[in-house]
Amino acid sequence: MEFEPVIGLEVHAQLKTQSKIFCSCSTAFGAPPNTHVCPVCLGMPGVLPVLNKKVVEYALRMAVATGCQVAEISRFARKNYFYPDLPKGYQISQYELPIAAFGEVEIEVNGTAIKIGITRIHMEEDAGKLNHDPHRPMSHVDLNRTGVPLIEIVSEPDIRSPEEAGAYLKKLRSILRYLEICDGNMEEGSFRCDANISLRPKGDEKFGTRTELKNLNSFKHVEKAIHYEIRRQQAILEEGGQVIQETRLWNPDSQKTYSMRDKEEAHDYRYFPDPDLLPLVIDKAWIDQVRNDLPELPDEKTDRFIHQYSLPEQDAERLTSSKELADYFEACVTIFSEPKAVCNWITGILLGLLNAQGKTIEESPVTAENLAGLLKLVSEDVLSAKIAKAVFDEMAETGKSARQIVDEKGLVQVTDSSAIEAVVQKVIDASPDEVVAYKGGKRKLIGFFVGQVMKETSGKANPGIVNKILQDKLGG
Amino acid sequence: MKITKNEIIHVANLARLEIDEASLDKVTEQIGRILEYVDTLNQVDTKNIQGTSHAITLTNAFREDIIKDHLTNNQALSNAPEKENGAFVVPKIVGR
Repeated sequence: MEFEPVIGLEVHAQLKTQSKIFCSCSTAFGAPPNTHVCPVCLGMPGVLPVLNKKVVEYALRMAVATGCQVAEISRFARKNYFYPDLPKGYQISQYELPIAAFGEVEIEVNGTAIKIGITRIHMEEDAGKLNHDPHRPMSHVDLNRTGVPLIEIVSEPDIRSPEEAGAYLKKLRSILRYLEICDGNMEEGSFRCDANISLRPKGDEKFGTRTELKNLNSFKHVEKAIHYEIRRQQAILEEGGQVIQETRLWNPDSQKTYSMRDKEEAHDYRYFPDPDLLPLVIDKAWIDQVRNDLPELPDEKTDRFIHQYSLPEQDAERLTSSKELADYFEACVTIFSEPKAVCNWITGILLGLLNAQGKTIEESPVTAENLAGLLKLVSEDVLSAKIAKAVFDEMAETGKSARQIVDEKGLVQVTDSSAIEAVVQKVIDASPDEVVAYKGGKRKLIGFFVGQVMKETSGKANPGIVNKILQDKLGG
Repeated sequence: MKITKNEIIHVANLARLEIDEASLDKVTEQIGRILEYVDTLNQVDTKNIQGTSHAITLTNAFREDIIKDHLTNNQALSNAPEKENGAFVVPKIVGR
């Protein structure tokens, strides 16, 4: 029997506010334990949470960007459970009245556009961090992260493959980063994902029993874990067995998922409206303002790049995969207005270098101004395309401009015909056999002569002029 | 009966409350009576009435996104029964 996977994703995105969602403590990452805390986020008795307006603003941005309906009235609720990372004994979240619902995100997999529905977006507070002692039966609790604002984005079960799950996650992350509300770092935990997976016989409407996958802390892990889980469930179903509804953890070392064997009570959260927080009313004016202030989003930018710069779709998508990369490209094009050439250098050479060095575009050792400067020198025939790559490597190493390197090393392209002519004559004199063969019809030998001239001039001779002189002399 | 002893034990466990065998009957009966009262309330027709989650009619109390003073680490840990290296220490509980 052929089975169809049904996948829904729950994404937690940490919002880039300065202060926490319900108190004025800093959200900065990496401070010494329990130094960004106050009576509110420590859950002391008698304190009152007060909502950070920016959190609402950021949640609204994501809601509008994903075409969600924003709730006129939404409300915070308490999700009750006991765990040492949660000092109050409940997490403040939203339950039956989330801030937004019914949105969608478009992804593309293997050339096919697919719409993935967004069930809901809600705001909540993050929990603290537990460090389990490897040798003693104790854990250390750090509550700096307690109260850091999150939005949870819940997808419809519209996803049908690990690849679609990966594409959806990348799109969400890209939108969040374009909106400048989340830095989207999966490894550091500012962008986290849980996956609900079930299988059903192909053609069936009814969903099978699902499992929930946790601990998917990189894009690679998400796809691998979903692949594994699909195979695992398929094997069970093919043997006539039944999938058990449970939470499973992905172990990246063994490349397997394991049952968390949590007690059934764990999901009995007894939500109720938080009496400490007033209902949230969002009027049309606020939504309109957020909509007006929305930056250009990834799909819009891709479209614009295709039309404005006449780039192939694939190139446009690559360049707009992050806002910073798109900005870099546009900064180059402002100085050197040949978009396709700029694109080729960025996607072919610059990204290769950054990848090898493990750097982001913001950390690029070659600035946009310097890359554009290099391309300008090539197009002005100051520098031959042949040695441009070597100059680029030098720029990456030293941070110097192309002009500086060209001047220092005397790499200026030779366009002086008489100088080139002398070299051409020397090459012809040194290769009598090849000259005879060429004149006898082996026209392909022109490449040999060009190569010899380039060798003599360390690649500095202008290839157009070399060709012309060679043909004149050889009688092309 | 509106609620069983097993349900009481389950709810007590969720709230980390200890109920000894002796008081279980009494608590079950009392909570059962509360639930019966809820049934009485449920007879009122509330079809066109919004549920009340808050006693006051205010909405939208915000603060601006500004960082203010934190407690010192010593202050934060001053009530901790056990502490080490700036952290609260708790028995190891793995998996949630």
